[in-house]
Amino acid sequence: MLSIKDLAVTFKTRKGEVDAVRGISLDVGKGETLGIVGESGSGKSVTSYALMRILDAGGEIRAGDVTFGGIDLRAASERDMRDIRGREVSMIFQNPRAALNPIRRVGHQIKDVLIRHAQATRQNAKQKAIAALEAVRVNDAAARYDAYPFELSGGMCQRVVIAIALACNPQLLIADEPTTGLDITTQKAVMDLVGDLAAARGMSMILITHDLGLASQYADRIVVMKDGRIVEDGTPETLFTDPQHPYTQKLVNATPRIGASIRSLLPAEIRTAEPVHKVHDRPLLDVRDLVKTYPGKSGPVHAVKGVSFQIKAGQSLGLVGESGSGKSTTSEMIVRLQDPTSGHILFDGQDIAATPAARFMRHPVRRDIQMVFQDATDSLNPRDTAASAIAEPMSRIAGLSGAKRRDRVAELAELVGLPQPLLSRFPHQLSGGQKARVGIARAIALEPKLLILDEPTAALDVSIQAIVLNLLVDLRARMGMSYLFVSHDLNVVRLLCDEVLVMKEGEIVDQGPTADVMGAPKHPYTRALIDAAPQPPRPVAA
Amino acid sequence: MAPRSRMILGRMAQAIPVVMGVVVISFLLTRALPGDPAAYFAGPAADEASIAQIREELGLDKPLFQQFIYYVSDLSRGDLGTSLTTGQSVLSDLAARLPASLELTLAALLLSCAIAIPLGVLAATRPGTWVDHLCRVLVTAGVSMPTFFTGILLIYVFYYLAGVAPSPLGRLDFIYLSPPHVTGFYLIDAALAGDWETWGGALKQLVLPATTLALFTLAPIARMTRAAMLSALSSDFIRTARAAGLTNRKVLYGYAFRNALLPVVTTLGMVFSFTLGANVLVERVFAWPGIGSYAVEALVVSDYAAVQGFVLAMALLFVALNLVIDIAYALIDPRIGLK
Repeated sequence: MLSIKDLAVTFKTRKGEVDAVRGISLDVGKGETLGIVGESGSGKSVTSYALMRILDAGGEIRAGDVTFGGIDLRAASERDMRDIRGREVSMIFQNPRAALNPIRRVGHQIKDVLIRHAQATRQNAKQKAIAALEAVRVNDAAARYDAYPFELSGGMCQRVVIAIALACNPQLLIADEPTTGLDITTQKAVMDLVGDLAAARGMSMILITHDLGLASQYADRIVVMKDGRIVEDGTPETLFTDPQHPYTQKLVNATPRIGASIRSLLPAEIRTAEPVHKVHDRPLLDVRDLVKTYPGKSGPVHAVKGVSFQIKAGQSLGLVGESGSGKSTTSEMIVRLQDPTSGHILFDGQDIAATPAARFMRHPVRRDIQMVFQDATDSLNPRDTAASAIAEPMSRIAGLSGAKRRDRVAELAELVGLPQPLLSRFPHQLSGGQKARVGIARAIALEPKLLILDEPTAALDVSIQAIVLNLLVDLRARMGMSYLFVSHDLNVVRLLCDEVLVMKEGEIVDQGPTADVMGAPKHPYTRALIDAAPQPPRPVAA
Repeated sequence: MAPRSRMILGRMAQAIPVVMGVVVISFLLTRALPGDPAAYFAGPAADEASIAQIREELGLDKPLFQQFIYYVSDLSRGDLGTSLTTGQSVLSDLAARLPASLELTLAALLLSCAIAIPLGVLAATRPGTWVDHLCRVLVTAGVSMPTFFTGILLIYVFYYLAGVAPSPLGRLDFIYLSPPHVTGFYLIDAALAGDWETWGGALKQLVLPATTLALFTLAPIARMTRAAMLSALSSDFIRTARAAGLTNRKVLYGYAFRNALLPVVTTLGMVFSFTLGANVLVERVFAWPGIGSYAVEALVVSDYAAVQGFVLAMALLFVALNLVIDIAYALIDPRIGLK
């Protein structure tokens, strides 16, 4: 139904022309779901924008043919394209909350599309918009019709985006990273919904994602893109069991999954033996009955409802939960950015919860607890070089200066594998993986005993994630640090952590050694989380 | 709607301490002014005794605190005192002159918005093209020239050379009678009275000073509209709207423009306040009987009651303006008022 031949897209930038897509060809049949998988910059999204002809300013289709149901989309007039968009071909996007007009009622946004494509008249538009909301399984659709996006959850917003896309019964749906930024159970609900609707309506779909596991679960056929080219295509099974192209092999290896080891994520030629980290019996961190309650508009909000756990010296503990589970609040209390409402945080036997967060800066234990943040870009000062970012805690807390500090920065850069020439660069001149290394180097600069990692790889491509995770494993063995690893990605936690805690609505619902909790989950919520995580087919030999 | 009206009530309540503060500060400031009103009004030939007598008549010999009590109790009865220069009560002076200034400022802003907002939208939809550059040059030229210069230039061209404009002497040519006082805005009052001849006369007088002010205020409004539209147009939801096949018109005005309005409204508020200040020069050039020239005259002769009245009136005006902007915010953006 859709056929793309030798499509090439270039962008004019200040540094000259950049080829985003360099001659790709693909076909999507009726009722088929095609997965396009690739890392950032591979041109997978640009391909879809090009076929919809909604490229950003400066983008231009240079060559190739795009035919959809017999229509030449490249030659079609802008007027015809507007009729096709939303009625024949629709799109859903990542970050659903931003994809909706923030100051327009969601029902009206659906109505706009229905009226535009003459699927409804002004009289029955409201009724049809509510029906569209019901079709995407929004509860109490009539009431939601009048809601604004900020009043809805992320998953609910994505349902609205899907309702807008499917309101006019398109024949092809392009889903561009539809679940990025959503919780794992929401991801499953949204993907199942889209899959069911596509099947029920005989609709074709293009699923664009960086997650090979997700693509393999929902796509009939997958193409792998790298640097604007298709390097391989095939069914999910053949791609995973017998990847031909070295890049596909690398991607398949780097995707965390059951049965993988942390070293197996790396390409075979740079694998070394996995270092052993020693776990002592002595508890380093002992959290007792930690409670955090916020004052809220409609009564107090119980973010954390009395959690207790221990981290032994040298141990890595995974803290798993979805948004709103209280995992971030818990980690922020431990790193003493927030004051607990009640409870104790014993660090090396000393109750650090007694010192208010505002004064903890001067506490002697401050240097022993450090944090690596989720967004490597936003957590670096854009006006500071990599070297000064790393040096910051040393001058602030350890009072190191001059040549000594410079030597230590160089030493740390070496340790995290950051090439020395990059130290004088600013964050915007570094790649995502390099920024992650700067963040880690800064956190380990004072040789902390406990490192809190808040989704440190969530924003990274899988191949970079594999390298960063291995770096963390090496550092742990070398420096004897304990980790509190906060994540929603169970496959990653499984690889890295000795023990795991599962939090839900401010309480710990499951805890124990990782293999036990993951292998034989006791709590239904843990089981739901594990089931929701996409599992790619197992490769025959890694 | 309930939380939103509660927010509006809350904002009005917040204005009360502001007004009280302004009362105290305007009182203290006028007392701290250099110069002695009593000496000024006694005239150059007065001796110590007559100055002291005048001072006593004005109540200026009383301790500061007592003067303040008198002032506040007068104020609570709506008595702003009597101007020493005009001999009229300050309240009636302000009532006569404030509408003149407001009419001029509002007309200038309306004109400015009518030009600047479409210009900004146009520039944002075609960034980097000649339309964009032309818009930039135009508004930069407008803001670069001081208002008194633009005013004189306009008078020179349209009154002296072309002869199409009436003589720049106040709000109405002497051949017309001022319309019956209802709002104090001549255009509105004349329209209410159905006196279209006077309406036309008032409009003719208004055109040049309003254009002068409008030229000066084009830049901030046009530039802010352009920036806000650019950022709105690059948002994710615009991409969604385009991918859904909505028409350009709908995307541009229904989606992008309403989102861009917030920063534009903020800028409008700021522009309004500085225009009221910039008025003084324009009022001077066009002999406009506004509040700005009144205040300057009063200040020069230490006419403290008039200065106090002026400061108070301006403060109330700004409080009202901020309130209006906040309400406009709440109307545009549903997220405000609920958080």
